[in-house]
Amino acid sequence: MAECHPVGFQWVMEAKARGAKVIHIDPRFTRTSAVSDTHVPLRAGSDIAFLGGVVRYILENELYFEEYVKAYTNASFLVGEEFVDSEDLGGLFSGYDEAKATYDPTSWGYAGASEGSVGKGGAGGADKGHAEGHSLGSGGPSVDPHTIQRDETLQHPRSVFQVLKRHYARYTPEMVEEVCGVPKELFLEVCEAVTANSGRERTTCWVYSVGWTHHSVGVQYIRGSAIIQLLLGNMGRPGGGILALRGHASIQGSTDIPTLFNILPGYLPMPKAGADESFESYLDTIRNHEQKGFWANAESYSVSLQKAWWGEKATVDNGWAFDYLPRISGDHGTYRTVLDMNDGKVDGYFLLGQNPAVGSAHARLQRLGMAQLTWLVVRDLNMIESATYWKDGPEIETGELKTEEIGTEVFFLPAAAHTEKSGTFTQTQRMLQWHHKAVDPPGDCRSELEFFHLLGQKLRERLRDSELERDRPLLDLTWDYPVDEKGEPSADAVLREINGFGPDGQLLNSYLQMKPDGSTSGGCWIYTGVYADGVNQSARRKPGSEQSWVAPDWGWAWPLNRRQLYNRASADPDGKPWSERKALVWWDEDQAKWVGHDVPDFEGTKPPSYRPPEGATGPAALAGDDPFVMQADGKGWLYAPSGLLDGPMPVHYEPSESPVRNAMYHQQGNPTRETFARKDNLQNPSAGEPGADVFPYVCTTYRLTEHHTAGGLSRWLPYLSELQPEFFCEVSPEHARERGLEHLGWATIVTARTAIEARVLVTDRVVPLKVGGKTIHQVGLPYHWGVGGDAVVSGDAANDLFGLSLDPNVHIQESKVASCDIVPGRRPRGPELLRFVEDYRSRAGITVETGNQRFTS
Amino acid sequence: MSNSLFGPVDPAPDAGWADAPPRKGFFTDTSVCIGCKACEVACKEWNAIPDDGMNFLGSSYDNTGALGASTWRHVAFIEQPKRLGSQQTGLIGEPVGPGATDALNRAADEALSGDRSLLGTDNTVVDLGMPGVTLPGANGDGRADFRWLMESDVCKHCTHAACLDVCPTGSLFRTEFGTVVVQDDICNGCGYCVPACPFGVIDRRIGEKGVVKNAGIAQKCTLCYDRIGEGLTPACAKACPTQSIQYGDVDELRERAQQRVDALHAAGVHDARLYGHDEHDGVGGTGAFFLLLDEPEVYGLPPDPVVTTKDLPAMWKKAGLAALTMLAGAVAVFGSGS
Repeated sequence: MAECHPVGFQWVMEAKARGAKVIHIDPRFTRTSAVSDTHVPLRAGSDIAFLGGVVRYILENELYFEEYVKAYTNASFLVGEEFVDSEDLGGLFSGYDEAKATYDPTSWGYAGASEGSVGKGGAGGADKGHAEGHSLGSGGPSVDPHTIQRDETLQHPRSVFQVLKRHYARYTPEMVEEVCGVPKELFLEVCEAVTANSGRERTTCWVYSVGWTHHSVGVQYIRGSAIIQLLLGNMGRPGGGILALRGHASIQGSTDIPTLFNILPGYLPMPKAGADESFESYLDTIRNHEQKGFWANAESYSVSLQKAWWGEKATVDNGWAFDYLPRISGDHGTYRTVLDMNDGKVDGYFLLGQNPAVGSAHARLQRLGMAQLTWLVVRDLNMIESATYWKDGPEIETGELKTEEIGTEVFFLPAAAHTEKSGTFTQTQRMLQWHHKAVDPPGDCRSELEFFHLLGQKLRERLRDSELERDRPLLDLTWDYPVDEKGEPSADAVLREINGFGPDGQLLNSYLQMKPDGSTSGGCWIYTGVYADGVNQSARRKPGSEQSWVAPDWGWAWPLNRRQLYNRASADPDGKPWSERKALVWWDEDQAKWVGHDVPDFEGTKPPSYRPPEGATGPAALAGDDPFVMQADGKGWLYAPSGLLDGPMPVHYEPSESPVRNAMYHQQGNPTRETFARKDNLQNPSAGEPGADVFPYVCTTYRLTEHHTAGGLSRWLPYLSELQPEFFCEVSPEHARERGLEHLGWATIVTARTAIEARVLVTDRVVPLKVGGKTIHQVGLPYHWGVGGDAVVSGDAANDLFGLSLDPNVHIQESKVASCDIVPGRRPRGPELLRFVEDYRSRAGITVETGNQRFTS
Repeated sequence: MSNSLFGPVDPAPDAGWADAPPRKGFFTDTSVCIGCKACEVACKEWNAIPDDGMNFLGSSYDNTGALGASTWRHVAFIEQPKRLGSQQTGLIGEPVGPGATDALNRAADEALSGDRSLLGTDNTVVDLGMPGVTLPGANGDGRADFRWLMESDVCKHCTHAACLDVCPTGSLFRTEFGTVVVQDDICNGCGYCVPACPFGVIDRRIGEKGVVKNAGIAQKCTLCYDRIGEGLTPACAKACPTQSIQYGDVDELRERAQQRVDALHAAGVHDARLYGHDEHDGVGGTGAFFLLLDEPEVYGLPPDPVVTTKDLPAMWKKAGLAALTMLAGAVAVFGSGS
């Protein structure tokens, strides 16, 4: 965190100064480790074994927060009889289809779950091609709460609690040591610290970043942490939670108002071709009429969104212009698109502040794909490698691409920086913060807002006389943003549209005011209230010293300025704070409402004693002690009966490429990970496959404080470039001795994809680990550099080493771990490089099938 | 006005400033430094200092190397086979051999000696009589302990500043805040100040005149004279995210620093000590002082800096005496002959 988020890390330092214990779990010793109380080096890709070990420690030693677990989680719910755990199937859950490498998750449901109770992302409705996981970003998937059977004693063998206990029984400290390479004593020290600092009086938070998400089983990493936090009562309480640190500014915003193909603003799913024939049937996939919680009002959110986009053209007769929404027909994610590019199926591509030629996994495939495009638009601050690959990329050097043979027309459009335009950033706390334009953008630089506004205008101009039905969505769009004298559309007007308007044209104060009758509009229901009372709430900057510690008057957080989600859980079932020290919101009997430091994430006047009447649905079905109000059953899920494609509980699988055999189960890797068995995406053999010893080491990528991601913001600046001028790899002294690597010398790192060269930093910050009785060396690779001629500093790109193997839930690539070889010296140049890599492939016996067998037979 | 050359004084009044404001300085607490280098960048941005080369030094994460004419803040990174307080680094039980910190330190030494143009300076290393930074035990059989120290170094703004004392043009002067500032439009580039600094801070900028801004002119930290005069915090301290660099009244900072040392000692970090806070030291204490976690030499700081002009009065006295003696001799020789 100190390494990649130094400014945010000031709060960790402040907490530390007040006595907080800081534990850093990371393969390498970073700037964070340097100031932490404990650094736990572990093998990249083994985190679920570690987290599962913590879960077991909590359960076996009965250190869970019993009242919290019983009242607020699904611990007491019974799982159906058909469910078979990975314990009994060698690492697979019931419902696995070997041929398709997917699960039918029906058997994972709660006991007595009614057939057809499928809703948002629900069991049976889970569809791999569409990455349903994304649409759960503001609430859980559907279950039918009315049929749930419970055992409040938690003793029933099919209770979630007992299922969990059995599932994690084998995650012993000894197993953690064997799999993660973390000595037992050190592991137990972490367990003791975390449990001792949780309970009524104290809370612990977990902070993660892409070190947890860039894996073929990344979603389950986060689930592992969620289970720990629910067991310890650390959710919905001050100082608790699971905090996601993002890769760059407004990543949270880019899922809330998505740049993703499969969701609409506010996590409404994108309609699917062939499935969502009518608005009603589409809505039924979101809201389950039977279910609890606020998704039941999805119709109001959808209608308001469509009214915001198409105004008067969205009418009750045309299903509020539902047919104007595009339909998706499968996976249209970034990696699928790049593969399609390589197959010549993609004509054009927009890159907006993104540098895939350096920053995306299998960067080589990205460049080769972009060379197949008809046109490419790059909008960036600098002439990044993704704009110059056609003249000075690595494939020009190897002769694989020839400039004169690339037909792609590349348009470079200089972009305005954030200081040169107004708008909001949404950070990880879901907080929108308005930034005011400080200076005009220089020269031809323009904001994204102006670019797209203008593009829309020009397209509409072209289509003005079109009679075609297919052009109506574009022609009927409300596209009337006021522009200033320089042509810049008003970001303020956009924020107002997002907030939404009522029938009287007044800005809405809350999404609870949204109606399904077309009388309200709103571009993103969860953002409604950002313009409450006609004030840009996101622009508020009242200093922390002038308000309460929750700081509700700084910026604005969705939903409805709640700073902590599910904060009903900060009070006990009777509505009293678990402790004075950790009070956040509570039930005030005299006022008959919820009060406190934060905006209660609960219906304001629903008393703790409220019990829903028989047959209640929607918010009315949430009891007074159901704090997880977006979950279909109002509870925190220790066990996920639906919504995930790779299992209801996290299981340790080895990374897609691993020199280590899975010590816990027969199944080696995630059996549902997405693989692409293609000649241009060869995989290293893993332990247990012939040729695995050719790639005996683990490599991982990361960032340095001095640079920003793929370098577009830093490698063009001399002041930052001089601080980290060259691509380097970090190795331990033991590894250096084993391979003859010299400090400040060169090393060549090889995978089945390619070989790259880096300067060598031999450092005690990298530690060899004892894993399964053998020594595992890890190579650290900061991924900021790329090959091109325009930046102040350049170098080989670490992401060239990685292949494509994706998490099935969200299509995220496994770029935080792979296997590799490392040898001293510089890599071969030109076509020699191809021969060098080919030699490795042939020694390892690599074919298209290598590493792509998802089921371990 | 005494314009003292040694001993504890308040430098601004001592230099003749009537009604001087409280002395300003930096307290750099290295125990909370996270090595982000925001100070280096903020300093260069505010003071419009040129970059000084894209050079990979491999001295841990330090590719800056040293303070110089184009580096007024420098973050040192020190990898050591030592334990930081009660920090647990998880090395025990792992298949580790001898560490690399020795080799790393050699690389750092080499980067700092020989051709220093890599560091953007032609200032040769002044032999400060320090022991090498290599620590005993660095080549043990199996590394057991480790810590990574970071320290943002800066001009010390000495109470008794030799650079200022030797400056023949008056380019270097004592400000009303007790800080020491070079005026680049007055400096003639004579370079007397460079060897005079006991810390090796001030330096002449290398580069071709007319091409590189202020080439040949002596440069160093001004403690953002142009900011503090307006009541602003110096750029580095403003940018520091963890309050490792604290700016303020030196008296108050010294109190705060002592409290911090006491707190660290109580927390088991017995290595914590202050550097430059003592007005009885060889430079009369510094306006920019530090909390270190090891001997000053480890950070490349002289253990016992002494203002190089300390003996100037005595030298003048001796010179004067010698002149008088000569004069007396001359009088005796020639006078007697008259």
